[in-house]
Amino acid sequence: MPETEDLIELARTVRRDVIEMVCSAGSGHPGGSLSVVEILVTLFFDRMRLDVERPHQEERDRFVLSKGHACPALYSVLARRGFFEPSELLTLRSLGSRLQGHPDMRKLPFLEASTGSLGHGLGISVGLARGLRLKGLDKRVYCLMGDGELQEGSIWESAMTAAHHRLGNLVAVVDRNRVQLDGRVETVMDVEPLRDKWLAFGWNVAEADGHDFDSLGEGFRRCESENSPGVLIAHTVKGKGVSFMEDTCLWHGACPDGDQRKAALREIGGAENAR
Amino acid sequence: MPGNRLKATREGYVEGLLEAGRRDQRVVVLDADVSRSIGSIRFAEEFPDRAFNVGVSEQDMMAEAAGLALAGYVPFVGTYGVFVVGRAWDQLRTSVCYMGLDVKVGGAHAGVSVGPDGATHQALEDIALTRVLPGMKVLTPADSNQTRAAVMEALRLDGPVYVRFGRNPVPQIYPGDVELTAGKADVLEEGDDVALVACGVMVSEAMQARKMLFKKGIRAEVVNMTSVKPLDEEVLIDAARRTGRLVVAEDHQNHGGLYGAVSELICRSHPAAMASIAVGDSFGTSGSPRQVRSEYGLTAGAIAARAESLMEGKR
Repeated sequence: MPETEDLIELARTVRRDVIEMVCSAGSGHPGGSLSVVEILVTLFFDRMRLDVERPHQEERDRFVLSKGHACPALYSVLARRGFFEPSELLTLRSLGSRLQGHPDMRKLPFLEASTGSLGHGLGISVGLARGLRLKGLDKRVYCLMGDGELQEGSIWESAMTAAHHRLGNLVAVVDRNRVQLDGRVETVMDVEPLRDKWLAFGWNVAEADGHDFDSLGEGFRRCESENSPGVLIAHTVKGKGVSFMEDTCLWHGACPDGDQRKAALREIGGAENAR
Repeated sequence: MPGNRLKATREGYVEGLLEAGRRDQRVVVLDADVSRSIGSIRFAEEFPDRAFNVGVSEQDMMAEAAGLALAGYVPFVGTYGVFVVGRAWDQLRTSVCYMGLDVKVGGAHAGVSVGPDGATHQALEDIALTRVLPGMKVLTPADSNQTRAAVMEALRLDGPVYVRFGRNPVPQIYPGDVELTAGKADVLEEGDDVALVACGVMVSEAMQARKMLFKKGIRAEVVNMTSVKPLDEEVLIDAARRTGRLVVAEDHQNHGGLYGAVSELICRSHPAAMASIAVGDSFGTSGSPRQVRSEYGLTAGAIAARAESLMEGKR
């Protein structure tokens, strides 16, 4: 198991990558990418059973980024985990790049699914979890959703199905950053009481500080069970790590200018990586 | 030809599913609470481990099918065409077609031929909604035997396929062992005066229309255009070249369906006089299947009349 200090340093690297990638592309979604960094680092460097040398072997855990717009963070984590060269990160959103504006698994085969239309990922994950169980594979499916995404009715169709079939090999994570494109979630369309909703739908529920590796690890341990699907509500800050991006909808889908880029990288700290 | 026996095209769906399921362990079937209606419950009875009823939640069903395909299975997703395509279209587009997944979609209750259930349950836009999707193939069998064959063809093909079938009995046109190939049309009758290009339940109407026209000395070709996508361009261009007149018949909106597909081809390759027998930009209604088809002009008589008009040079 990796040391927490190493994970913290990785998170710093991923945040730098996100800023550099979005600036290189001239567009993207920094806010929701920065909020999921520790969640992704925890999954890809600690919890998930993966083999970088054999990325498509059946005996692997699966990850579906239902909030596909956070893909800069996912691309960075995949690259830093060794699936491809970090130098490719700066091709984000450019013509011919494998790193599409929203994840395309046919272009980048290390992705488990193409996502971007919100509300699909949990259903895809339910299907994957059923398929793995049908094949007798003891592997988990992790699905990361946004909190605004929970406004999609299809999420709750899939939530019902997963519990009905006791899909203990399915773990959902809610990036509870409380901000969506148009404003604060509670103002646009409140999703509370969130814990009670998932409990009522028959899921194991755990909560965690989504920026604290110990808390995330403990949260995953508590929500994973054999008999029912688990959901980890990860309390996060949109734009985490860059003060002027934090807790505001204004950086949901905006690109920093040159000075803002420098300021963001200075705040994040760490060594230069992507560039 | 087997003659006058009547059977609903939907009965071929479950026959195909059972055959596919026995032949290929990867086949799984997803239902959304209408498996008793469309017959797929028989698959669930024979293969309980490979049948998933998600209840009334079509969006979840389509997304789950994507997940099952990603796990290596070949899911057949079935419910009424209005819902399986309409309700779950975004999932079909982005989580099935965009990934090019091996998901097969069964659309029941095609067209106004559904009858008494009325407009909400009569799929009239499903051909348009599926054929516009990149990588999607669209099959509209004419009888139950062809529906069974369409399911087997869907299993053989890589990637997403839509199979459209109907609720009510129609004459059997094909023998039980018929085969079907996507992209191949079937010229049922030859004729050089006018070509009657039809799909689904309108194929048997076109066959009747041919007899009516024959009595008037008009030799009509009848083409069963089961594969709306890909189209059999060779057969269509040949018919247009020989006859110069095409009547296209479908139980679907007159926009975006078979008439649209054939028009797109004929316009650019061999312009000919064309007429559409279809529902004219309106919703369906309740009534017996026969009455409703008459109400909307989806009959052999209407096809023959349009063919005669084309013969007289009227569009």
